[in-house]
Amino acid sequence: MHPAPSVIVFTSISGLGFGLFMWLGLGFPSFTGMAAFGVYFMAYALSVGGLLSSVLHLANKKNAIYAFSQWQTSWLSREGILSVIALFTFAPMAIAQIFFASDSLNWLGPIGSALALITVFSTSMIYAQLKTIPRWHMPLTPVLYLTYAIAGGALLSMQAKVAGVLLIVVLALQWAYWTMGDKRLAETGSDKGTATGLGSIGKVRMFESAHTARNYILDEMFFTVGRKHSQKLRMISTVLIGVVPVLMLLLLPVSMPMAIAALLIHVAGVLTSRWLFFAEAEHVVSLYYSRG
Amino acid sequence: MTKLPSESKKKLGLVIDLDTCVGCHGCVTACKGWNTQNYGAPLSDIDAYGADPEGTFLNRVFNYEIEPKDGGPAQAVHFPKSCLHCEDAPCVTVCPTGASYKRAEDGIVLVNEDRCIGCGLCAWSCPYGARELDRDAGVMKKCTLCVDRIYNENLPEEDRVPACVRTCPAGARHFGDLGDPESDVSKLVAERGGMDLMPEQGTKPVNKYLPPRPKDTLDKTPPKALETVAEEPKGFLGWLDKALEKL
Repeated sequence: MHPAPSVIVFTSISGLGFGLFMWLGLGFPSFTGMAAFGVYFMAYALSVGGLLSSVLHLANKKNAIYAFSQWQTSWLSREGILSVIALFTFAPMAIAQIFFASDSLNWLGPIGSALALITVFSTSMIYAQLKTIPRWHMPLTPVLYLTYAIAGGALLSMQAKVAGVLLIVVLALQWAYWTMGDKRLAETGSDKGTATGLGSIGKVRMFESAHTARNYILDEMFFTVGRKHSQKLRMISTVLIGVVPVLMLLLLPVSMPMAIAALLIHVAGVLTSRWLFFAEAEHVVSLYYSRG
Repeated sequence: MTKLPSESKKKLGLVIDLDTCVGCHGCVTACKGWNTQNYGAPLSDIDAYGADPEGTFLNRVFNYEIEPKDGGPAQAVHFPKSCLHCEDAPCVTVCPTGASYKRAEDGIVLVNEDRCIGCGLCAWSCPYGARELDRDAGVMKKCTLCVDRIYNENLPEEDRVPACVRTCPAGARHFGDLGDPESDVSKLVAERGGMDLMPEQGTKPVNKYLPPRPKDTLDKTPPKALETVAEEPKGFLGWLDKALEKL
């Protein structure tokens, strides 16, 4: 799949933002005044920024409002609606903490935390629901997205030790995801024979493509540059997502500059692994095109 | 809107005969022509006369080669591919806006361009590559089964079929109600063993493909190797040949 920057930024940044909201809702950390403003600003900037980035991906933005209408069937619609509800749930609590130094609305927190997690789950289901992309179509996809969000949120809310442990879980799940994902296309049993229905006659091979020029399908569903370097990129993102931040968080004394450095390295790793998430994903339509 | 209707009784669709198709791309051109002037945004071409041309098409003809299992000669099959108007159309349920829908009355899958946001998720969910986002209009385009022809009483009756079917010079494309077991297309499918593409995706396509008929089995014994007709060069050429080989 084409790794569009808008979608990579959307899934990475909004995941971090809602992950931070999840911790804020549970009172980690529980600030008032300017400090509260600081953390809420970060949470809103990341989640709203991510959502706005996803709008950049739309080819016909003027109809965007309709995307809130199909919650009964569409995960993309559910994601949009849930994100707005989650963001509004936190608003009164944030206002009370920032301007009135009051914890009277903190009971909204756990509700907001649950909504933030469900929002991240919906984001992951946009991808996990697609049977046409076997690498995404597995239960581990939502688990991975949720774990990334919770670990990233812990890092953002400056819980060094908790974040360190959670990042180890992220690394384990990420490697399981890559290893299982590599076998997914073969496991579907789809090949040129089933795609064309001609497999019962013999071995099917593409003789001539339907078009000599590029088209939307090729641009969107085919991306091979990433696969060439996928092993190297997996190692790079492993080091950035987890290895370096975990060592910093668990071994070094906790300090603000160290936490910020760990966070920035982690975010670079998340962006790399999200790039791979798209670039490595094979779409079954490729069976109609590839030579094999 | 993006909820699939309970099974429609009428299932309009195409039956494509892979035995008869000659790969002329006439259906591709007729489709582009009709659908550029009628339903929805025109099918745009970008940089049509430049170095990197591309365009939106709703129907494209591939060509596959099959090496038969019994070791006979390879066989080429022309393979037109367009929307299969699936009964369990994943492109409909993933749509966040309700733009993508399946009609209860005849099973045609359509896009309401006034609601489409061009997110592309429906194209991602389609195993067949049947949907293309128009780069000029920014909305998703797909086969409409020429919904603006088949019910159009302003057209002569013989033209009330999809443009690809009307234009096919080989008679390789058939249009009809696949929900009615007594229809001509259903009988054709039954008789010729019509098949689904990628049935393991669970989309339950309405369109069917008729497999190529078995090839003649005459002359099973391979032809005798030809006798060599080239002779040893003589005279000046013979000398030149020997001289060059010695170098």
